[in-house]
Amino acid sequence: MPAEATAINMAARASLWLKPHRIVLILIALALVLCAAFFMRWDWLPQYWEMGLLGIWRALWILVVTCALGFTLAVPLGLAQAGGPFWFAVPAKVFCTIIRGTPLLLQLWLLYYGLGSLFPQYPWIRESWMWTYLRQAWPYAVVALTLSFAGYEGEVMRGAFAGVPKGQLEAARAFGMSRFKIFRRIWLPQAFYRALPTLTGETVLQLKSTPLVATISVIDIFAVSSKVRQDTYLTYEPLLLLALIYMTITGILVLIFSRIEARIPVKIG
Amino acid sequence: MPPGWGGTLLVGLLHSIEIAIGATCLGLLIGTGGAFGKLYGGPVTRDLLAVYTTVVRAVPELVLILLLYYAGTDLINQLLSAMGYQRIDISGLAAGIFVLGVVQGAYSTEVIRGAILSIPQGQIEAARAYGMPPLLMLRRITVPAMLPFAIPGLANLWLIATKDTALLAVVGFFELTLATRQAAGVTKAYLLFFVAAGALYLALTLFSNLIIGRVEARSRRGMPSVKEAR
Amino acid sequence: MKTVLKTFAAALLFGVAAMGVAKADQVKIGVAAEPYPPFTSPDATGKWVGWEIDFIDAVCAEEKLDCVITPVAWDGIIPALTTKKIDLIVSSMSITDERKKTIDFSDKYYNTLPAIIGPKDQKFGATPDDLKGKVLGVQVSTTHAVYAKKHFSGAQEIKEYQTQDEANQDLAAGRIDAVQADSIALVEYLKSDQGKACCDLKGMVAPDDEVLGPGIGAGVRKEDTALKEKINAGIKAIRASGKYDEITKKYFDFDIYGG
Repeated sequence: MPAEATAINMAARASLWLKPHRIVLILIALALVLCAAFFMRWDWLPQYWEMGLLGIWRALWILVVTCALGFTLAVPLGLAQAGGPFWFAVPAKVFCTIIRGTPLLLQLWLLYYGLGSLFPQYPWIRESWMWTYLRQAWPYAVVALTLSFAGYEGEVMRGAFAGVPKGQLEAARAFGMSRFKIFRRIWLPQAFYRALPTLTGETVLQLKSTPLVATISVIDIFAVSSKVRQDTYLTYEPLLLLALIYMTITGILVLIFSRIEARIPVKIG
Repeated sequence: MPPGWGGTLLVGLLHSIEIAIGATCLGLLIGTGGAFGKLYGGPVTRDLLAVYTTVVRAVPELVLILLLYYAGTDLINQLLSAMGYQRIDISGLAAGIFVLGVVQGAYSTEVIRGAILSIPQGQIEAARAYGMPPLLMLRRITVPAMLPFAIPGLANLWLIATKDTALLAVVGFFELTLATRQAAGVTKAYLLFFVAAGALYLALTLFSNLIIGRVEARSRRGMPSVKEAR
Repeated sequence: MKTVLKTFAAALLFGVAAMGVAKADQVKIGVAAEPYPPFTSPDATGKWVGWEIDFIDAVCAEEKLDCVITPVAWDGIIPALTTKKIDLIVSSMSITDERKKTIDFSDKYYNTLPAIIGPKDQKFGATPDDLKGKVLGVQVSTTHAVYAKKHFSGAQEIKEYQTQDEANQDLAAGRIDAVQADSIALVEYLKSDQGKACCDLKGMVAPDDEVLGPGIGAGVRKEDTALKEKINAGIKAIRASGKYDEITKKYFDFDIYGG
């Protein structure tokens, strides 16, 4: 009986979601995809799909690593601005303003072609173990994207830390919690919950920033699509496929974040 | 600085600002309409707007600009010639403002929607109880009450717009990033021009922050100060 | 809010006014907005100069075409051609069979051999043996990239850059050991301050017509055969009249037309 009940329930939910206009929309989307599949040129696909998969993998790991590292950096940046003494708050503010105020492409170039080209002038760097990493491009890409994410998310965390009601922190202090414990158990979790909705948007923005790494010779999925365009001089086919890939990745990201959001206790503040 | 290129960079900066202002205004218009559609529209409007905001925010801007500009103008011209008119040339400026405006519109829809949701429900109910017509309510209650919540998000969008103008080089538009690349490529003084362009962008940001701070303070007048409330 | 709306309305009107009816008799010559000296580069006033500019001016004068130079960033140059924003691309494009499926090319107007440059303090040549274990930089999707993959498989890594400038920068920074590219572009780079300081010419690579193709041609739309014929006739005419050699002498001390 319960199995039957859930089945009916699911069918009811599906019919609720599948309203007539939604069916029309889905049919239009399908028709567009079919048109693209039949009337456009896809003969280049077999030659490039392997490179494409590698490109997707690169874009994904750069995204995950830089978002994780960037968020870790954003917490102290936000904390310093929200509640730190001014000698912490001012440098954090300056950092966030500079990162948000200049294009990521310029930051990437300054780091790679500017700073990065200074290292080889010192023989002791060239001969050390560091050179194996410093001569490659991906460490610069990771550093630049991490700093960028930290800059934007630091600003968000500032607002989130400031938004936690003072009463909660005072109550925790009244319970005799240590300062670190208050931070770990009360302040950080509540600020995190507040920042979470914007985190989804920032992560999607970060995904769209990863293509810039192609300018310092890291080949991600975007660069693969540019290569197809340059090799074949086709315009729309590689771009449409790329758009589809990005939409899929974004869809998965949004799904993951909404799962996390659903676990958060509803009543905050 | 090698002679002449400083002026070129400044011209590029002016073009960037021009496009960013146009795109932000168009984006605000689309965003306000979109937010109201998402909140108060029928199911079809809501789903169409959801498709618009999701697709535009998921797909890289370069792809959108290439598709919208080239496929879009191609479509317009094919329609025009089918109807017996002459082909038209759409200027890089108009197309750039339109394309970036559509992109900005998707983001500002979400920002404004969030801001409207943050208005205490009682205020809107009170306006309704007084029998205010919808447009008057929009002008006197909803917009002024949502502005303080929307401004930080919209300010971020404005800063993104000034930098996104770099993408318009692909539709034949000359702006700051392209000017920097040309200057650096011709003179080989890469570091110099990158730093100069960075400084120009930063100056624009600081100036914008100043203005936005003023506007935000004004929109908050009469509200309890955030600092005192804590 | 009101002033914002007014500004917006003004911007919209201005934008609509900026749309004009396209002139039918003008030939718009698309060049990549990214500089590629000595072939195409802007000076500080925005005027385009270089060998390719002089060359196409001569061809247009010969065929009595009303040509205007229209810079478009490389990423948008092919859709600009196919949607008739421009009519001809003169931007050092290599003719390949794969590309001919999408657009058409004029006859080749120059063709030079690829060369290899490297740091001054290292001695090596341009043979597959010399490049064994080295990191070689090439520009993505060029005939050089294909050539390097085929002949220099012994290299430690073949790095692909979006632009030639970026590959040169990395060579100067010491992150790669050699760069393969068009010999003219490389000689030009070696003349710059940075190039003089870091690198020298290691040698020309062995020819391979199958990979390197017939050379550089101007891109036209497939259906635009009339323009293609005119450009081809123009190239022939300036080759015969000596105008071609005259232009070449202004920029190079050797023949760039190739055999």
